[in-house]
Amino acid sequence: MANSNYIPGDTIVALATPQGVGAIGVIRLSGPKAIAICDSVFYGKQLSEQASHTIHFGTIRSDEGNVIDEVLVSLFIAPKSYTKENVVEISGHGSPYILQQIIQILIKKGARMAQPGEFTLRAFLNGQMDLSQAEAVADLIAANSQASHQIAMQQMRGGISTEIQKLRRELIDFAALIELELDFGEEDVEFADRKKLENLIIKIKNLLQTLMDSFRLGNALKEGINTVIAGRPNAGKSTLLNALLQEDRAIVSDIAGTTRDLIEEILNIDGITFRLIDTAGLREATDTIEAIGIKKTLEKVNQSSILVYVYDSFDLEPPQVKEDIAKLYKEGMKVLIIGNKSDMIENMYNQQALQYDKYYKEKYQKENWGGIHKEFEERGFLHIKEVSAKTNRNIILIKRYLINLAIGDGLTANQTIVANSRHYEALSGAHQSLDQALTNLQSGITGDFVAMDIRHALNYLGEITGEISTDDLLDSIFTRFCIGK
Amino acid sequence: MFPEYDVIVVGGGHAGCEAAVAAANLGSKVMLATMNMQTIAQMSCNPAMGGVAKGQIVREVDALGGYSGIVTDHTMIQFRMLNRSKGPAMWSPRAQSDRMLFAQKWRMLLEAHPNVDFWQEMVKGIVVKDGRVVGVRTGMGLEIPAKSVVLTNGTFLNGLIHIGEKQFGGGRAGEKAATGITEQLLELGFESGRMKTGTPPRVDGRSLDWDAMELQPGDEKPGKFSYTDTPKMAKQRPCHVTYTNKKVHDMLKTGFERSPMFNGRIRGLGPRYCPSIEDKIDRFADRDRHQLFVEPEGWDTIEVYVNGFSSSLPEDVQFEAMRLIPGFENAKMFRPGYAIEYDYFPPVQLRSSLETRLVKNLFFAGQINGTTGYEEAACQGLMAGFNAHLAVAEEEPFILERSEAYIGVLIDDLVTKGTEEPYRMFTSRAEYRILLRQDNADIRLTPIAEKMGVKDMAQRMEKVQTKQEAAKEIEKYFKNTSADPNLVNGYLESVGSKPLSQKVKLRQVLVRPHVSIEGLRGVMPELDNILNNYINENIEYAEVEMKYAGYITKEQEMVDKMNRLESVRLYENFDYASVTALSAEAREKLARLKPRTIGQASRISGVSPSDISVLLVHVGR
Repeated sequence: MANSNYIPGDTIVALATPQGVGAIGVIRLSGPKAIAICDSVFYGKQLSEQASHTIHFGTIRSDEGNVIDEVLVSLFIAPKSYTKENVVEISGHGSPYILQQIIQILIKKGARMAQPGEFTLRAFLNGQMDLSQAEAVADLIAANSQASHQIAMQQMRGGISTEIQKLRRELIDFAALIELELDFGEEDVEFADRKKLENLIIKIKNLLQTLMDSFRLGNALKEGINTVIAGRPNAGKSTLLNALLQEDRAIVSDIAGTTRDLIEEILNIDGITFRLIDTAGLREATDTIEAIGIKKTLEKVNQSSILVYVYDSFDLEPPQVKEDIAKLYKEGMKVLIIGNKSDMIENMYNQQALQYDKYYKEKYQKENWGGIHKEFEERGFLHIKEVSAKTNRNIILIKRYLINLAIGDGLTANQTIVANSRHYEALSGAHQSLDQALTNLQSGITGDFVAMDIRHALNYLGEITGEISTDDLLDSIFTRFCIGK
Repeated sequence: MFPEYDVIVVGGGHAGCEAAVAAANLGSKVMLATMNMQTIAQMSCNPAMGGVAKGQIVREVDALGGYSGIVTDHTMIQFRMLNRSKGPAMWSPRAQSDRMLFAQKWRMLLEAHPNVDFWQEMVKGIVVKDGRVVGVRTGMGLEIPAKSVVLTNGTFLNGLIHIGEKQFGGGRAGEKAATGITEQLLELGFESGRMKTGTPPRVDGRSLDWDAMELQPGDEKPGKFSYTDTPKMAKQRPCHVTYTNKKVHDMLKTGFERSPMFNGRIRGLGPRYCPSIEDKIDRFADRDRHQLFVEPEGWDTIEVYVNGFSSSLPEDVQFEAMRLIPGFENAKMFRPGYAIEYDYFPPVQLRSSLETRLVKNLFFAGQINGTTGYEEAACQGLMAGFNAHLAVAEEEPFILERSEAYIGVLIDDLVTKGTEEPYRMFTSRAEYRILLRQDNADIRLTPIAEKMGVKDMAQRMEKVQTKQEAAKEIEKYFKNTSADPNLVNGYLESVGSKPLSQKVKLRQVLVRPHVSIEGLRGVMPELDNILNNYINENIEYAEVEMKYAGYITKEQEMVDKMNRLESVRLYENFDYASVTALSAEAREKLARLKPRTIGQASRISGVSPSDISVLLVHVGR
């Protein structure tokens, strides 16, 4: 914290719930005088005489005696609180104006406005959590889905640290084998041969790789999985989107801020966040501002990890589907192909008294899909042929497939997932050092240089567990915290 | 009877001798007090200096103006550069010395120094006034006044020698132990501990069958330790290698019941990396043989040192077992091996200057700090000697960083981590060993010593400058000159390197594995001509700097990164108790060890990364 003016003795205050109108808002005070300051404005029981972990009803009044709000006050007495200091949480009504009034009066009584991340900084400084746990709190606050919440929780419990410790142990053991040859070259001991060392280093590299691979997933779970919905006009993309979103209306929202130009919706399935990008808006650029928006959308499409391609199963021929997908597909994308408007086929069946099965077989499987379908299968593309966004036919199946594509078999209950980009960078650094070590081993360079690369790898791992902690690191961690935890 | 000395050095071993000259060469009036002037600079264990990591230390001591390297050069009977097959940071000089000549040369150098006086008597205690040492008290009850004192008592403090079931007080075979000092220091509030070390039997070289052993000759082109113009050895004596076997082990086992190691009579902890032969058999039961180095004790003497056969088993068992070793069938023993227990003072009670925290101007160096080895002792003596002088002169202490010297690593380890077993240097203890090479100790350290005011550094500085200029010129030549495929391809292929298809700058060729300047000059007459202007040592330095430039730069970057922590000072009066954010263990340890910097604090065991982050916040980072 380059410009930190951390003063352990003072009491800080901040709004703990998000800015904006909500049903209630919570104001948090932390510090030795938290209870006394609150007492001076709270009309109800004498808070300083109450036990920890109790809740009290009363009013907050101005110096003139005017009631500002009716509130509930929760007491957490040191050290049994988040910051290990005295903490008071005031739950008031959610009007920003009222909450601001309360904060103003608390500041007048001696509290200081908290700096971003300061509550967590205090928790960290008071020994409540270690560095990677503190970071996890930042993730937890930002977590907007159940899955990313899980990762953050697991990290807070020390999951990643444990994994890295294990890795460190392996590396240290490996380094010892090399050091032996260096420091005890004169002794009559058997040295590990190069082949054995190579195999060991490959094993450790694989462990690293597994953790690194989990980052893509971890990051996706944390940030939401970019999913693009594409298809020709009138394929029914919008209807499909609505069908998918329907059950989750409550948590659907436009993305605010810079991403507003994107036609993006958030879909939450079983705790996993999908960012759905509708390419519908791609063809309508009429001015520069819109062109910028489209450029951004295209970038998003390119970064998407899932492509949902929708076609009108009544209208489009399989070769055309294949052609469209080839245009949109980018290396590494997972693909879900959806044949929409199955209701129309059913209608036709009803109206024309045609044998639906017969029609289906003839039109889609035998004649045209055969080879194409096989090709899709080989590439791991999922294909649901009978979807009706209109009648909700197979919408649940789509959701299940989306989850499958998002996490595959990658998320088991206790798996350690790297979700933090600082961790990922450190892991990559360690991986690179090990690559260098392996190359050196194979080129026959002497052990002292191999050992040097191993040490660098260890230093990288140390950056995760905080064993090498620089002021920059702390700076970056603590400025990422939003106010009030 | 005595003037007030600037520095009194108690003990005349490797630490004591270096301490005396270090202080004297800075201008202090020094007294060396020793129980026996005939045993100044004794090699109490094996007659060798240097070895892996230890050789680098001797080079550093020399670069700083110490005498260990000079004495070794004058008295060695064999020289080997160990680890030649590894990278340049691993190259480690090691020499066998003539034991008697070694001690004699040291004494002559000390006697020649006008600033050094001697007193032969046991020192029984120090004189302390107002928390500051003001002299020493001798066995006769004399008080010798001094402004500072360096204690280098070696294994003499309450030394107890064990051979089988026999035990007797002594600091070395046939020498009295020193008493009184431990007891007084305990009273002053110091903590002490007990350590153990051992030494093998000495045998009669005339009784050995040398043909039954492997010959281990010295290097064809022997090197040396000192950067000064010490003489080069003209001839060498070889060592021999032989092995124990199952029969030897079985015989040794018959004595285990009577071994002080196994019946619990020895309480002190011995080094794991230098175990007695009985320890090796016990701990590595699956090994059916152990290597022994049979080392001559000098040019002319018939006395032989059996390196690797250290033992405190009963002398008859040692003798019988020894005779089962190939080449030792008719061996006659001069004296058996023995184990010795002695007092040491956990070095966490010291500052980085080696001054004790409890008593001002009192310094400890050598085995009293829990280390083992002549080299480790010598470098501590040197540093304590410098700092004793600087303390008297009321100047800032002289502290070497971990990135500057093995000496820095050693002292930092001692004062921040302490040691449970006798501490020996290994290259792996150093984080930046690519920088801490035996070929650049002079470049690293001589300018620092000169700046500090060490006497007679002018000639050394001149050599350093010549070396640096030579390296620059050679590098320039390699940068600007191309290797002609016609000239070098034959050589390249001979070392398994791809031939050149066109002209390539020499520097690019040199960085290839297995390619050396020596090889290139053999096929490039013009290069050979140029290099004839430089001495080999300087060419070698230039070669290492060029060939390993990539690694050296990378290592330097790591140092710079770490230095950001090393440069954050922590003041001695920092009130750790008030920082409740620290873990209880960290608070206690930081308050006790008072690290100089955040970097040093981070190396204290029990101080976690979180604690370091807390400290960083508190010092305003």
